[in-house]
Amino acid sequence: MLGKPNIINKIKQLIGFSDFLYSLMAIVLALLIGALLIFLSGYDVTRAYLSFFGGAFGNFYNMAQTLLKMIPLIFTGLAVAIGFKSGLFNIGGEGQLYWGAFTTAIVALSFPDVDGVVLIPLSIFAGAMTGGIWGMIPGYLKAKTGAHEVVTTIMMNYIGILATTFLLRNYFKEPGPIDQTPLIPKAARLAELIPYTRLTWAIFLGIAIIILFDLFFKKTSLGYNLQAVGENAAAAEYAGINSKRMIVISMFLGGMAAGLAGSTMVLGVLHRFITNFSPGYGFVGIAVAVLGRNRPYGVLLSALLFGALEAGGISMQLFAKIPMDLMTIVQGLVILFVAAPSLIQIVYGPRKKRQILFDH
Amino acid sequence: MYDILHVIFSINTFVAAIRISTPIALAAMGGAFSERAGIINIGLEGMILLGAFAGVLGSFFTGSPWLGVLSAIAFGGLLGFILALFTIRFKADHVVAGVALNIFSLGATTWLMQVLWGSRGCSPNVKGFSEISIPVIESIPIVGKLFGTHSPLIYLMFILVFLGWILLFKTPLGLRIRIIGEHPEAADTLGIKIKKTQYFCVILSGMLSGLGGAYLSLGHLNWFSMNMSAGRGYMALAANIFGQWNPLGGFLASYLFAFTDAVQMRLQGLNIGIANEMIQMLPYILTIFVLAGAVIRSRPPAFLGRHYETNR
Amino acid sequence: MVANDRVDLEVEKGQIHCILGENGAGKTTLMKILFGLYALDQGSIFLNGQPVNIESPSQANNFGIGMIHQNFMLVDRLSVAENIIAGCEPKKGIFLDLMKAKRDVENLSEEYGMRLDPEARIEDISVGEQQRVEILKVLYRNAHIFILDEPTAVLTPQEVEELFTILRKLKSDGKTIIFITHKLKETMAVSDQITVLRDGKRVGTVNTSETNPNELAKMMVGRDVILRVDKKEKEPGKIIFQTRNLFATNPISHLRLKDINLTIREGEIVGIAGVEGNGQLELEEVLMGLRDIDKGEIFLYNINITKMSTAKRRELKMVHIPSDRLKRGLIRSQDVEKNLLLGLEWNRSFSKRGILSQSAIREYSHRVIDAFDIRCSSSKEQVDSLSGGNQQKVIIGRELSRDPTIIIAAQPTRGIDIGAIEYIHHILLKMRDENRGILLISAELDELMSLCDRILVIYEGEIIAEGSNFTYEELGLLMAGEKKERSQSVGKT
Repeated sequence: MLGKPNIINKIKQLIGFSDFLYSLMAIVLALLIGALLIFLSGYDVTRAYLSFFGGAFGNFYNMAQTLLKMIPLIFTGLAVAIGFKSGLFNIGGEGQLYWGAFTTAIVALSFPDVDGVVLIPLSIFAGAMTGGIWGMIPGYLKAKTGAHEVVTTIMMNYIGILATTFLLRNYFKEPGPIDQTPLIPKAARLAELIPYTRLTWAIFLGIAIIILFDLFFKKTSLGYNLQAVGENAAAAEYAGINSKRMIVISMFLGGMAAGLAGSTMVLGVLHRFITNFSPGYGFVGIAVAVLGRNRPYGVLLSALLFGALEAGGISMQLFAKIPMDLMTIVQGLVILFVAAPSLIQIVYGPRKKRQILFDH
Repeated sequence: MYDILHVIFSINTFVAAIRISTPIALAAMGGAFSERAGIINIGLEGMILLGAFAGVLGSFFTGSPWLGVLSAIAFGGLLGFILALFTIRFKADHVVAGVALNIFSLGATTWLMQVLWGSRGCSPNVKGFSEISIPVIESIPIVGKLFGTHSPLIYLMFILVFLGWILLFKTPLGLRIRIIGEHPEAADTLGIKIKKTQYFCVILSGMLSGLGGAYLSLGHLNWFSMNMSAGRGYMALAANIFGQWNPLGGFLASYLFAFTDAVQMRLQGLNIGIANEMIQMLPYILTIFVLAGAVIRSRPPAFLGRHYETNR
Repeated sequence: MVANDRVDLEVEKGQIHCILGENGAGKTTLMKILFGLYALDQGSIFLNGQPVNIESPSQANNFGIGMIHQNFMLVDRLSVAENIIAGCEPKKGIFLDLMKAKRDVENLSEEYGMRLDPEARIEDISVGEQQRVEILKVLYRNAHIFILDEPTAVLTPQEVEELFTILRKLKSDGKTIIFITHKLKETMAVSDQITVLRDGKRVGTVNTSETNPNELAKMMVGRDVILRVDKKEKEPGKIIFQTRNLFATNPISHLRLKDINLTIREGEIVGIAGVEGNGQLELEEVLMGLRDIDKGEIFLYNINITKMSTAKRRELKMVHIPSDRLKRGLIRSQDVEKNLLLGLEWNRSFSKRGILSQSAIREYSHRVIDAFDIRCSSSKEQVDSLSGGNQQKVIIGRELSRDPTIIIAAQPTRGIDIGAIEYIHHILLKMRDENRGILLISAELDELMSLCDRILVIYEGEIIAEGSNFTYEELGLLMAGEKKERSQSVGKT
C-alpha cells in the first residue's frame, strides 16, 4: 500500500474494500446463473446481453433511467440496512413506503396554495413520519413481546397496502376507473434534472441521506448504541443501554427511510398516489442492503447496480422478449450468495478472516 | 348481526377452514421439523409457491394430478436441499437465506410461467383433484359434513400430521432431532449424525411445503397464478410457533388462521358496512396477535438459528 | 496458537490419572482429541499398545472411551433417561422403548449408588445430579476409560466427596480414569499419578504418593508461587450500600432469591460465597437493575435505587464485572476501544449533544490500556483475539475507570491464568484501600478468604450465614448447605 495516494485508501475504506470485492463476486456469480437460465430457455443470449446493457447504460436517456430506478432503492435499501445494524430484519419496506407515498400525496393535495419551498419538505416529512410509525409498530411488538419482526413486518406489508387502498378508495379517489388520487399541485412536484426523464433532484436527497446515515453510525452516540445492540444486545444491556428502546428507534428510522422511498416516488415520478405502484421496492431493498453489506455507501453502490438491473431488465423484456422476472431471480441469488461466506470462499478462494455478515 | 354470526358459525365455514388449513398445516409441520433440528426455515413461503407451480407443471405435462403432486414434492424438497446446503455447509444466516429463497421462488415461478405459457397472471387449466368421499363417515351427522368429503390431499394431510407427530416424539430419530436443535454439542458427543439429520429435516420441510403448495393449485383449483401462496408460508411460521413446534399443535393453529380466512371470505360477500379491505386484513392481524401473544410463553429449541461448528 | 505441543501421555489401566495445569494449559484440548471432538495435527494415540484413529465421539465410544465434560452435554428439556440413551436407544420395532430405557437407567444407577429419577427433567435436578447423569451416560455405553473435565468446578465440597467415592468404585471395577483439574487439593486427594501441563507442554509426570502440593504448584506455574495478597488491616467506614428483604424470581430456572439483606461499607470487600447456580447470577442482575424484584428495597447511600434503571445506577457510580464476560461483558466482534466505551457513549467527556469526539475516545482508551496493563496490539484490535485475562482486564479497566463507589465483581478470576489473577486481586485490594465498596461473588474459597473482610454464604437463593472468621472447612460445609447453629447471625445489617 506504500505510495498509493491517500484518496484511494479513503475510498476503499468508505465502501469496505474487501467486502466490496466479495459482493462483486456474488453478483457476478448470480448474473452468470441468470445468463445460463436465459440460454437454457432458448433465448438469444447475445441479444439479451446487448439489450440489457444498452437499456442500463446505452445512452443518456437510459442512464438517466438507471439513476431514476435507483432512487427508491437507495431508501428501501437503507431501511433494511438500518434494521440489520441493530440486529433486526426489516422486511416491512413495502408497507412503510406505501404509507409514505400515501401521506405525502394527501398532504400535497391538502395544501394546493402553499408554495413549493414549504409544501415539498412538508409532504416529504409527513411521508417519512408515517413510514417511521408503520415501522415502529412491529419494532415495539418485538421489544415488548419478542414477536419476530420478519413475520410481523410481512403482515404489516399486507395490512398497509390494504389500508392505504381502503383510504384511497373511500376518501381520496379521483373519479374514474383507476384507483388513484388526483394529480398533486405543480408546486409540490419535484423539478426534473433532465427533461422528460422524470429524474429529479430526489437523487441528491438520496445521496444526502446516505451520507447522513454513514455519519450517524460512525460518529454519534445513538449510532454507537444501535450498533452495540445489534452486535450483542445482552452486553449492551449490561452496560446500561436500553436495548428495547434501541429496537424501537431502529425500526422507526428504517421505516422512515422506506417512507421516503414512497414520498419521492409520488413527488418525483407519479405525481399522485396509485394503488399497487410498487414493483416490490421493499423486497429489492433487502437485496440492496445485503449486497451493500449494510454499509451506507455500499447500499448506494448496490442501489445503482439494482437500478441498472431493473432498467436493463425492462429493455431486455422489450427487445429480447425475456420476461423481467428474471431480475427477481437474480436478486434472490445475489442475496443467497452474499449471505453464504463459505460459498464464495470455495468458488473464489479464502478471504481474510472477517466478521461474518450476520453473526448471531 | 344475526346474519354475521350465522355466516361465521355455519358448518360450511368450518369445512372451508379445513380446506384452507391444509397448505398451512403442512408447511407448519415442515417448519416444526426444520426448527426442531435447529434450522429456521423462513423459506416455507417460497417452497409452497414452488410446489404449487411444480404441481401444475407436472399435471400439465403428464395429465395426471398425482404426478403433479410428486413433482411438487420433489421441487419443494429441492428448495429445501438448497436451504440446507446454504445454511449448514455455507454457514449462511438462516433468515436471510430463507428470504432469498422466497424472492427467488417468486421470480422463478413468475418467469417460468411466462416462458412456458406466455401469461403473467395465470397458467392454463390443468387436471386437478376431485373430491372423494369416505363411505361410512359421510353419513354421520356433523362429523360427516366436516370430514366425509374432501380432496384426497386433505386426507393425506391428516395422515401426515399424525405420522409426523409420531416420528418426532415416539421414535429414536425424533429424539435425536430434538436434541440437535436444543444442544448440538451434546448430540455430537452422543455420536448423533448432526448434519445428515439436519439435511433430512430441512428437505422434509421443503417436501411437506411443496405438497401444501400442490394442494393450493391442484387440490381445490386447477391452475397456478402468480404469487399464489399469498403469505401462507409466513402464517405457517406463526402457526408453528403458536403450535409449539409440534405437528398437532401446528395443525390446530393453522386451523385457527384458516378459520379466520374462511370467515373473512364469507363476510366480504355480505354487505355488513365494513369495507372489504378491512375484512381482508383479518388473517394478517390475527397472525400478528398470535405472535405477540404466543411468543412470550413459547419456548423455541435452544440452539435455533445458530451455526454449530465442529473442530475436526 | 499451539494448544498442545508434543505432549506425551501414558496412562496405566485401572488407575486414576490426573492432568493438572492452569487454565489455558491445554488440558481440555488434549482430552477432546482423545474423545474425537478435536482433530490432532501431529502424533498418534495408542490403546493397549495398538495405534488407533479417533475421529469422532462415536469412534471414541467404540473404543470404550467416555467423557464427562466441564459444561454438561445435557438437554434441559428432556428427561434423565432420554439424555442417557440418546444415540443408542432401546427400540420396540421402529418406536422408542422408553420403558426399557427407564428400567436400564434405574438398574445402572442402583449399581453404582447414584440415585436418580429417570423421568425427571434435567432442568429440574441439581447440578450434582446432573453430573451423575453424565457419568451414567458413559457407563451406559460400557466405557472403560473415563475422562472427567474439571468435574468439581460446580460441586459443593460434600458433592466432591461423593464424586470421589464414585470414582474409587469405578476404579475398583477396573475402569481407568483420567481427571482434568487445576485444583491441587483434589489432585492429591484422589489420584494415583499426575501429569502436569504448562503452556501446552508436558512438564512432567509423577506418582501422587511421591509428591506434594508445593512441588506441583511449581511445576504448574514454573516459579515459586504462593498466591499472597497484601491485605492491610482496615476499619471499614460508613454504610454505602444496602439491600432489605430482597425477593426475586427467575422464571426460567425457577430459582428464587429470598430475603436478601446485605450491606457494604466504604473500604470493605464483602464476599458472597457459594457454588455457582445458587442465585449468584440472579443477585448480580437484581443489584444492577437487570432483573425485576418481587419485593424489597435497595439503597445506595440514602437513595432508594430499587426502581432505577441500570443506566441510572451506573450514573450513581455502581459498576459491574459480570460473571459471563464473553456474553455479557464484551462485544466480541468490536475492538478494544469500542468495548472500553460501552455504556459511556453519552458521557459528557466523549459526546457533545450526541456527537462523539474521536480524539477524546482515543485518548481515554490509551489511558485505560496503560493503566490496566491490557496486552493488545492497538486499541483497534478486536477483543476476540485477546486472551481471557486481557479480555477481563478490558472489562475491569472500563468499569473501574469510572471512579466507582460500589463494585459488583462476579467470578472475576474464573478461567484466567495466574498472572492475571494476581493482578485482579491486587486491583480489588487497591479499590478497597481507596475506600470504595466491593461485593465479591465467587466460588473460589481461597480467593474469598484472602480478599474479603466479611463473607456471606448463599445457598439456594438464601443467605444462610454471615461472618468474618470462617475456617476453610466451615465455609465449605456452608456452601454445601449445612446450616450452622447461630454462632454467627444471619442477615445482620
